[in-house]
Amino acid sequence: MINIQEFTKGLEAEFEDVEPGTLNPDTNFRSIKGWSSMHALIIIAYIDANYNALLNGADLKSAQSIQDLYKITIEKLK
Amino acid sequence: MAYLSTSNTNIIAISSCVPGHIEKTADYNHISVEERELFSKTTGIIERRVADKDVACSDLCYVAAKHLLDKYNCKEEIDLVIFVSQSPDYILPATSILLQNRLGLKKDCIAFDISLGCSGYVYGLSVITNLMQSGQLKKGLLLVGDKSSTSTTYTDKSTYPLFGDAGTATLIEHSQTKNEMHFNLQSDGSGKNSIIIEHGSCRTPFDKTLEDLVEIEPGISRAKKHLILNGMDVFNFALREAATNINTLYEKSNKTKENTDYFVLHQANKLINESVRKKLKIDIEKVPYSIDVFGNTSSASIPLTMCYKMEEALRTKKLSLLLSGFGVGYSWGSVILETENVYTNLLEYDRA
Repeated sequence: MINIQEFTKGLEAEFEDVEPGTLNPDTNFRSIKGWSSMHALIIIAYIDANYNALLNGADLKSAQSIQDLYKITIEKLK
Repeated sequence: MAYLSTSNTNIIAISSCVPGHIEKTADYNHISVEERELFSKTTGIIERRVADKDVACSDLCYVAAKHLLDKYNCKEEIDLVIFVSQSPDYILPATSILLQNRLGLKKDCIAFDISLGCSGYVYGLSVITNLMQSGQLKKGLLLVGDKSSTSTTYTDKSTYPLFGDAGTATLIEHSQTKNEMHFNLQSDGSGKNSIIIEHGSCRTPFDKTLEDLVEIEPGISRAKKHLILNGMDVFNFALREAATNINTLYEKSNKTKENTDYFVLHQANKLINESVRKKLKIDIEKVPYSIDVFGNTSSASIPLTMCYKMEEALRTKKLSLLLSGFGVGYSWGSVILETENVYTNLLEYDRA
């Protein structure tokens, strides 16, 4: 079972400009400094590579927080 | 599954031509410096070649093809020319026919166009080798490329810094040796809206507002005539389908990844290609890149990468290759083939 803390920590590690420990499950990921569509691609790649779940544009659009991304990932794995 | 194989053809030579004008991602001041850096890091694109307004894709392919025809002195022997592009000279006639005349090829020459983008080189190879395998056609030219800068605009950060212009020519001959090529070709038109130029043809014809720039979202302003790219859905498609297509091809053809010398992937963007490479569990040394200096060059990206990164290996060795293209349509496909002593070269377009 995926752990949301690990999920968040792993995602944070993908964003090189983000200080470790700044992201938490409630963080609106679009509030990351300098957010751009490149970050969205990095999120999709991270979840695919680590959890074998493939998110699309609509999934990203519907999510606000890291917790939302986590829930979508869990749903995809069912 | 559309698995097929062809035989009795050889790739003799590949030539590529790119514009001389270089645009660097670091100079793209439509977005912030930080966003440029992240863009380069994620896509791998440091710079691209962009053609002048009055230069067409066919001009780049012409230069590439002319070089091969002169080198091999085989103008009179070309029985077939296929132009694969989504930036033809005109809606009609087909650009391949114009190139038949411009290159001075005989009239006893089959010429037609194929409208495909990122998958175009693999599809083009499947068509030309099918037509040539019987031996009735001895030599053929596969001309592949795009001038994507025609359909993008500086004010659209989702497309403008991504695409580069390039044209290529591949000279193919009928061969007495078996030399099989194995293809796995696929299509899914439900992805049409992910990469589309919606206006300007039969479905949504020209109108007076075709040129009007409209802001879609911050950083993205474009007109109806321009390319629309949904990067996230294209990314999802590539991760879902590319590696699966390749693995299926290996199963069907009884070939192995271990015996493949190079995997030449369409240069979509670095994050996509690295994800595909990791799914395939192949070493980075076996996956050449050209996206850093040419950007995403659509259908030209596979032959251009071969010319740019594999000149010596192709010229001096017998190689087993996997080529894979995936994108607009969606359309995607892969081919496993063998080459031996293939000549390649890379030219800069010189209008003189």
